[in-house]
Amino acid sequence: MPDKVIEIHGLTKVYSMGEVEVRALAGVDLLVDVGEFIAVMGPSGSGKSTLMNILGCLDRPTNGTYKLDGIDVSTLDRDERAVIRNAKIGFVFQSFNLLARTSAVENVELPLIYGDLGWSREERHKAAMNALQRVGLKGREHNHPSQLSGGQQQRVAIARALVTDPAMLLADEPTGNLDSRTSEEIMGIFQSLNDSGKTVVLITHEPDIAQHAKRVVTVRDGLIQHDEQVKQLRVNASGIAAPAAPVPVEATR
Amino acid sequence: MKSSVMRISNITMVGLRAIARNKMRSFLTALGIIIGVGCVIAVVAIGNGATKSIENTINALGTNYIMVFPGASTSSGARMFTSNSTLTADDADAIKNECPAVAYVAPTVRSAAQVVAGELNWGTSIQGVGVDYPLIRSWNVADGSFFTDQDVKSAAKVAVLGKTVADNLFPDGQAVGQIVRIKNVPFKVVGVLEKKGGNMMGQDQDDVVVAPYTTVMKRLSGKTKIDMLQVSAVSASQVQEAQNEIDAVLRQRHRIGPNGDADFQMRSQEEIAQAQGQQATILRMLLICIAAISLFVGGIGIMNIMLVSVTERTREIGIRMAIGAKGRHVLLQFLFEAVTLAIVGGGVGVALGIGASLIIKRFLQWPIVVTPTSVALSFGVAAFVGIFFGFYPARKAARLDPIDALRYE
Repeated sequence: MPDKVIEIHGLTKVYSMGEVEVRALAGVDLLVDVGEFIAVMGPSGSGKSTLMNILGCLDRPTNGTYKLDGIDVSTLDRDERAVIRNAKIGFVFQSFNLLARTSAVENVELPLIYGDLGWSREERHKAAMNALQRVGLKGREHNHPSQLSGGQQQRVAIARALVTDPAMLLADEPTGNLDSRTSEEIMGIFQSLNDSGKTVVLITHEPDIAQHAKRVVTVRDGLIQHDEQVKQLRVNASGIAAPAAPVPVEATR
Repeated sequence: MKSSVMRISNITMVGLRAIARNKMRSFLTALGIIIGVGCVIAVVAIGNGATKSIENTINALGTNYIMVFPGASTSSGARMFTSNSTLTADDADAIKNECPAVAYVAPTVRSAAQVVAGELNWGTSIQGVGVDYPLIRSWNVADGSFFTDQDVKSAAKVAVLGKTVADNLFPDGQAVGQIVRIKNVPFKVVGVLEKKGGNMMGQDQDDVVVAPYTTVMKRLSGKTKIDMLQVSAVSASQVQEAQNEIDAVLRQRHRIGPNGDADFQMRSQEEIAQAQGQQATILRMLLICIAAISLFVGGIGIMNIMLVSVTERTREIGIRMAIGAKGRHVLLQFLFEAVTLAIVGGGVGVALGIGASLIIKRFLQWPIVVTPTSVALSFGVAAFVGIFFGFYPARKAARLDPIDALRYE
């Protein structure tokens, strides 16, 4: 297993809009070790979203290399990237992005349906139930998103990101739609997952939220401007239902 | 291999859930297909039934049956239809005596009247015929006997009842020997015919009273000419020969040259059946065209709804792609949805079509035959419509860019 989750060298992204070429990323180098908790900050227009799309294998760089968990993903086609997203990345979005009229546990099972693990229905269901338990939603498994609060919906999304045991969690403004108390709870879950060894990449423009990471990278004008280790702002574990010793998904199979 | 099979079953589940979430819309979408397939099933069933009953009629009457009608007569060079019949009973005798290929001849006059027996009465058609009638129509007398040559010659007031008439006028079953009054003329019932059932047009053939044509002409209709001659050739192979002989005899008797316009027309049973078969075929083609159009419209309905569905669920597609759905998965999901709608619609349509056929059979007394071929065919067409019209929306969904789809509001 490689010790680097992300290895990026000379990454550029150029959008051509007719005659005009927009340089969203102008040569980014970034290394992220296994088990890091890194926040990517930057104002809008800084290239932060472009970087997030490439990190999430939703888009391809124009130039440069990107190795995710030891695999060069910068030249993969659509379907190959879909496989990588499924196996290596757990997405958490600002607007939760759960399927409506679909129960929490079915939402969490979704990545397993598209995956290559060859699990049976029962195995998928069990893994989804475990993931929901890890984010403190035991007893809410059969609620639909409309029956859950914003914080609970985001927990379902985190459980969905966890269920395939990906190389990293990629959270894009995960607290953007939540009040500050709920935001704290969600950050606490990320911290406790990170404590158990999960690599977390957090995209945000709020310094308060970024303080919960161990390392903050600031992007400006398509380049990395700052890259510093920070003193992590720990969330008081009280009121958070995350189990004291989270169980990795493999252990439950 | 196992996992790919399983993944397909997973994706079909996803499609089924999407259909179940929008029950009303799914139903309305499938309605076009339901109606289209139902139409095809019912129409083909009716068409097959018509064909089958025509075959039955040919077999029942025998292929050696010929009808001779009075036809267009020529007056001062102008062809015109006339209500004055040109056929006489003497023509019938001449045909019987002079045509070796002819076995039996029955002059026929038709009338309609109210038949009264005691307190009961029944409106029916009166057929005045000759004694050969039962032989020509292969129609035996079930009870009593048919009238005799002597009855015809003396214009005796005797009648043979069809089963339906007998049942309605004499519910106790004792018709033979009783008296019925037709237009105030008392007739003695000498026999009751066998039950024959409906003919190819669904008319009850047993709803008839048969009497000597002489009696009907003299006592009931007042006609002096006969309406039609029913003829039986010696055998099926001699039908054409019999027609030629009849033609020659009638031309000679009516003083019409070999090139003049005949004042009579002939139809063999085969020609009648063919003509009716053609009509049935034309009708069937027409109805199948309508059904095909409605299937096509149903398909467009499916495409329309699937396109709306893809737009409406752009976000969902984005989520699925972000968490690892390949273009193929999304394509299959939407294609499966469309095909399921079409096939379920097809299934309901088949049931509806069979149901409609049975109702028509029961209430209109039309002979209906539902064939497995038509069921399989319309099912197949429905599935094809689903694939054909579902493909474009599904491909549109599969080609969405996950980044744009996730941002879609």
